Amino acid sequence: MLRLVAARIALGLVSLLLVSLAIFAITSLLPGDAAQEQLGQAATRETVEALRRNLGLDQPGHVRYLRWIGGLLQGDFGRSLVNDMPVAQLIGSRLPNSLMLAAATAAVSVPLALAIGTTAAMWRGTAYDRAVSMLTLSVVSVPEFLVATAAVIVFAVQLRWVSALSAAADITSVGQFFRVFALPVFSLCCVIIAQMVRMTRAALIDQLRAPYVEMAVLKGVGPWRVVLTHALPNAIGPIANAVALSLSYLLGGVIIVETIFNYPGVAKLMVDGVAQRDLPVVQACAMLFCAAYLVLVTTADVVAILANPRLRHG
Amino acid sequence: MTRPQLEVRDLEVRARNAAGEEVPIVERVSFALQKGEVLALIGESGSGKTTIALSLLGYARPGCRISGGTIRLGETDVLGLSRRALRDFRGRRVSYVAQSASAAFNPSRTVMAQVTEMALLHGTADRAGAERRAIELFRALALPDPERIGHRYPHQVSGGQLQRLMAAMALIAEPELVVLDEPTTALDVTTQIEVLRAFKDVVKGSGTTAVYVSHDLAVVAQMADRILVLRNGAMQEIGPTARILSAPQSPYTQSLLAAAAPVPRGADQPPAAAPVIAVQGLTAGYGRIGADGMPQIPVLRDIGFEIRRGSSLGVIGESGSGKSTLARVVAGLLPAAQGRVLLDGEALPPALAQRTPGQLRRIQLVFQSADTALNPRRSVGAILGRPITFFHGAKGAERDRRVKRLLDLVQLPAAVAERQPGELSGGQKQRVNLARALAAEPDLILCDEVTSALDTVVGAAILDLMDELRRELGLATMFISHDLHTVRAVCDEVMVLYAGACVEVGSRRAIHEAPWHPYTQLLVSSVPELRQGWLEERGSVRGPEVIGTDRPACAFFPRCSVALPGTCDRVAPPRRTLSKGADILCHREEADLLRAAIPAGP
Repeated sequence: MLRLVAARIALGLVSLLLVSLAIFAITSLLPGDAAQEQLGQAATRETVEALRRNLGLDQPGHVRYLRWIGGLLQGDFGRSLVNDMPVAQLIGSRLPNSLMLAAATAAVSVPLALAIGTTAAMWRGTAYDRAVSMLTLSVVSVPEFLVATAAVIVFAVQLRWVSALSAAADITSVGQFFRVFALPVFSLCCVIIAQMVRMTRAALIDQLRAPYVEMAVLKGVGPWRVVLTHALPNAIGPIANAVALSLSYLLGGVIIVETIFNYPGVAKLMVDGVAQRDLPVVQACAMLFCAAYLVLVTTADVVAILANPRLRHG
Repeated sequence: MTRPQLEVRDLEVRARNAAGEEVPIVERVSFALQKGEVLALIGESGSGKTTIALSLLGYARPGCRISGGTIRLGETDVLGLSRRALRDFRGRRVSYVAQSASAAFNPSRTVMAQVTEMALLHGTADRAGAERRAIELFRALALPDPERIGHRYPHQVSGGQLQRLMAAMALIAEPELVVLDEPTTALDVTTQIEVLRAFKDVVKGSGTTAVYVSHDLAVVAQMADRILVLRNGAMQEIGPTARILSAPQSPYTQSLLAAAAPVPRGADQPPAAAPVIAVQGLTAGYGRIGADGMPQIPVLRDIGFEIRRGSSLGVIGESGSGKSTLARVVAGLLPAAQGRVLLDGEALPPALAQRTPGQLRRIQLVFQSADTALNPRRSVGAILGRPITFFHGAKGAERDRRVKRLLDLVQLPAAVAERQPGELSGGQKQRVNLARALAAEPDLILCDEVTSALDTVVGAAILDLMDELRRELGLATMFISHDLHTVRAVCDEVMVLYAGACVEVGSRRAIHEAPWHPYTQLLVSSVPELRQGWLEERGSVRGPEVIGTDRPACAFFPRCSVALPGTCDRVAPPRRTLSKGADILCHREEADLLRAAIPAGP
């Protein structure tokens, strides 16, 4: 089992290395560069060249890549090309905000999704199950900017329950916390709950059709016990994967939500970085998102391995 | 006579069919059981025997509904129980042993947790008491290491052991009635006999009333006091076991009895013709091939045989013996590590990709399950037409003509070409599966358990068909089966595999006669006979269920009843020819084997 887990983690690290190559290659393809962007249209060719040399942009690609990845390994994310601050510091100031938003959303969405998915699987074919299916399908098909904008219009503008903008800095009380986070968390939950509900339901129904579930019923086991102690342990693998995929969205894919609510998170930092051709910032953010994604997916795989006695004792 | 413990009257179960109409699948079934009696429900697939068995627990599968009749156990009206009361009733008063224990055990919980669950749930014992009782049952059911086997997970226990563990699970809460649904069907014969004996001892010993569901009359003859014969959900006849076996009244029971004792087909001696296929010194397995030419996990070791035109070789052995792997190697799906496969004297490349289309055409594989081998979305005409076009380039009217001829060959009406596999019965599907192989006009067909999933009567018809085809088309066939009856009925030559080695090979007649290789003898003597008392007469010949850390020189050593410690586990057994004409792989002399065979003779 340890070998399996170690192999899974090693595979994750190799993926991360490949991802770093891809990120570097793609960001290098972005048209224009920071020197051009900073000096504007009026700059002469010589001043642009001088700034390029100054920023190290005149070096060949593989040298820049090696220098960058070497820096990453030592914890040096480089300096922003735009305002010359260390990238680590830029991200460091935004990351807690993003993590807080992600944690709040995860804390609401995961238990809710598992409960809805489990009950829908238990009462499959009933009106409740059909309603859940319809609702999740329609919510997942509505783009999140629409959900977010609609939420702002209804709850902030019309009802005036919460403020339209979220700045994590103004939190002083629990009530404040709810007021700041309610809308972004609600919008994000709409996007990720549906996927988790559908996967939980499908994985459980798959197990509920298994002969051992019929056997449990014939042993006189009650419906809740059948689901919770017999079917659920066997469905953990696919459910953990669905949860990991959905949560990974919270770190990288929240750009729209952060933008709409003007929320100072990492995603917004990355968007600004792209606009200003600030490659070190973009690259570091991309690496951060990919690493988070790989950590989540690898964790899900490890959980699936641990939950399966065949692999655990294999 | 006292009031019966179980009484079923006019039971009717309805199921919703594809068109959404409710049709009866069990009709007007009535029977009664005295305390301690064992009743067998016997019939083929679709006879409603499992449906009746489940209704005794007040349960109907999704899509089915118990629509009429009464079931009374003791003083309880089973069908009148509320949901809540049913939960207390199931497991506590009636328990169920399912056909496939490996599917019916939850893979993610330990055996002990599942065995004791019922007792804890129904409050018949506390945890310690339930575990003590479970260990007692494990011991009574002759399970190895009863103290600790409960800590294992289902995948760490063999199939035969799981089936016995399931019996322990059923008996833990000391129910009044135990329902056993084909509990030994998925097992090898040599395992089945041990499980049957364990069941019988425990059921008789505790005086439990039991309903035993099976399609196998010979098994039922060992277990049941009375037999109820079912067909299409209706009762054919019911009576004491001895009477049903000796003087069946219903014509259907008579046909079941006739199919249970298959008639030999084909010739006793293989026809004298050139071999179509010859296999020499074949070793194959999975994993990387080492420096000594042995694969990491060897499955077959040093196998050699020939099959002549128009003759058939039966390959028999228990699950894991390498039967299917042999077919895969000959077909080229698994390249051999060592040895040669010769087609008409010409060596075949080991891997499929290196073989020419002509070579591929001449060897065809017929898979066990027609359900999965035939594409459910295509018509039978398209399924058969594809190999015709692929191998012979025939299109249009010529192709249709050939499809029609193939269907004629497997005795199906031409109209079947328009249908999809889902619209055909199991036997018809297996015929289409066979026709698909014949479409290539092969010289050799490899049949892997082609009748195992079929009912006895349907399977017998397929065997007849194969025998006809073999003679008409001069086909060579390799017939893989775990059933000695089937192999002896259709093959000229029989090869017995044990742990990947050919332990005995000889003509059909030779395999019928003593002396045998000790493993062949175990197989022969493990096939239940169609008479009562056979199980009691037959002594246990199975050795201890221990797997040593080293593989002994003779793989059968740990289970052999005539093993010579010091020789058999150290020195590889020599191949010797017996006077009956068979070759065996054994240290024992013919005279010793003959002596050993007498008490357990056929």
